[in-house]
Amino acid sequence: MAKLTKEEVKHVAHLARLAITDEEAEKFAEQLGKITDFAEQLNELDTTNVKPTSHVLPIVNVMREDVAQKGLDREVMMLNVKEQEAGQVKVPPILED
Amino acid sequence: MTLFERSSKELQEGLHSGDFKIADLTNEAFARIEKLDGDVQAFLALNKEKALEQAEEMEKVPFEQRGPLFGLPIGVKDNIVTEGLETTCASKILEGFMPIYDATVVKKLRDAGMITVGKLNMDEFAMGSSNENSAFKTTKNPWNLDHVPGGSSGASAASVAAGEVPFSLGSDTGGSIRQPAAYCGVVGMKPTYGRVSRFGLVAFASSLDQIGPITRNVYDNALLLEAIAGVDANDSTSADVPVPNYVAALNGDIKGLRIAVPKEFLGEGVGEAARKSVLEALEVLKGLGATVEEVSLPHSKYALAAYYILSSSEASSNLSRFDGIRYGFRAEGVKNLMELYKETRAQGFGDEVKRRIMLGTYSLSAGTYDAYYKKAQQVRTLIKEDYDKVFENYDVIIGPTAPTPAFKVGENIDDPLTMYANDILTIPINLAGVPAISIPCGFENGLPLGLQIIGKHFDEETIYRTAYAYEQATDFTKQTPQIWEVK
Repeated sequence: MAKLTKEEVKHVAHLARLAITDEEAEKFAEQLGKITDFAEQLNELDTTNVKPTSHVLPIVNVMREDVAQKGLDREVMMLNVKEQEAGQVKVPPILED
Repeated sequence: MTLFERSSKELQEGLHSGDFKIADLTNEAFARIEKLDGDVQAFLALNKEKALEQAEEMEKVPFEQRGPLFGLPIGVKDNIVTEGLETTCASKILEGFMPIYDATVVKKLRDAGMITVGKLNMDEFAMGSSNENSAFKTTKNPWNLDHVPGGSSGASAASVAAGEVPFSLGSDTGGSIRQPAAYCGVVGMKPTYGRVSRFGLVAFASSLDQIGPITRNVYDNALLLEAIAGVDANDSTSADVPVPNYVAALNGDIKGLRIAVPKEFLGEGVGEAARKSVLEALEVLKGLGATVEEVSLPHSKYALAAYYILSSSEASSNLSRFDGIRYGFRAEGVKNLMELYKETRAQGFGDEVKRRIMLGTYSLSAGTYDAYYKKAQQVRTLIKEDYDKVFENYDVIIGPTAPTPAFKVGENIDDPLTMYANDILTIPINLAGVPAISIPCGFENGLPLGLQIIGKHFDEETIYRTAYAYEQATDFTKQTPQIWEVK
């Protein structure tokens, strides 16, 4: 299970939306392989019937009254947007010709 | 020397008696930064103009309306958003990002009358143990500039240790407040998960992250935690548990306190000096009337692996928002949207962040989810149960904060696993969600060592009481690095 191939790293990079060169894929395959090797030690523990913990506090749902509150102004929201037009965010083409 | 050798109490006395004004304290911070930051490299952005304006305004507030932190300067870690003051998480991907609101803790600092003087360097997105993963600069340890200040809140600890500011805020996901506090010889508290609102803290691992105070003494630390703690409608994971008057617990009395010392915290991998300083501290605490017994936290050795899987998994999801579209860096010369995402993230993130995003993505993907992510969550349960069991019979758990003092800049940067091992003593505490403090307890070759005091959920009071009693019986928090002598 542990060793990651260069191809696996490239696939993971694609899922994570990271451009990656051949050289980088090789470097990361080695480094990530060491980390996943190290993580294998968790298999020494028998965790049958152990509940997973995703959160340490016994909080389930936090409710509030459904009352409309004023949000941030659009002008303020657009402050950090690099490309925009008429109050809209601009992006490159989603589909190619 | 500097006005900042004074504690918050002494600073308030000086303000009241007219020895100096609020603006003098603000100016002192900027003067110290100007003198020392060329060496220490702690600050990424300064808030000079607004801070001085604020100081002038605040001078008009009558003394009887001022709290114990009123008018005092503070530095804020750069993953906590500050309206109108650049916030980058020390990442190229957020270069130039101007927050449009304040984090809840920043609002609370303002309500307490504190003055934010600037933003503090860190490991990129809080991923790292040395500050070497910053995209902008490497902060240095004020006790020895060849050494790292620790991380990820390295500059939060270094700026306080250097006397640039008397207070700072850091954040702690696996030790990021406590380990740098230990390395820099200052006091750093990671509160109980949920004690402090995370609203406006740029998320790394949401089930582990917690904001906390870094100061030069225990009293000031307790004051600052009280100011920032409490439930917040903007953070549904903040806990609705009353915030006590922490400083009222600081009476020096720890008679009958039951201290547990886990044998796993003094065993393999822990340096001789760190071990010895903890044993000496336990003798001091015994002398004050505490009882000390050895216990076992049998799953400690699995914490590091579980932590890297869980924190990286959460990070891979949290950091998906950095896509170059709504804020931050955007790659140029791309053909389509997919390329925009990929190139922006490839050029904007550093290697450590990429490693963790990929580790997290891998751990969460079909085929590995059960073997990695779910397994790590189950191990987290076992670790938490270890702590629950010990706390049935003891008030605090004590051990070293880190296995060694600060290492040299460059020493571990090419070996992620060795770098991660610096956090073996702090990580389990985040997985269990309990609070813990690091306070100075000795030196090795002129570099500080830290004592870690761990408490029950929401019992920061007992931690502070213990830390204060120890501080009063020793003189480690009174020592300052040579850099203080700079004219």
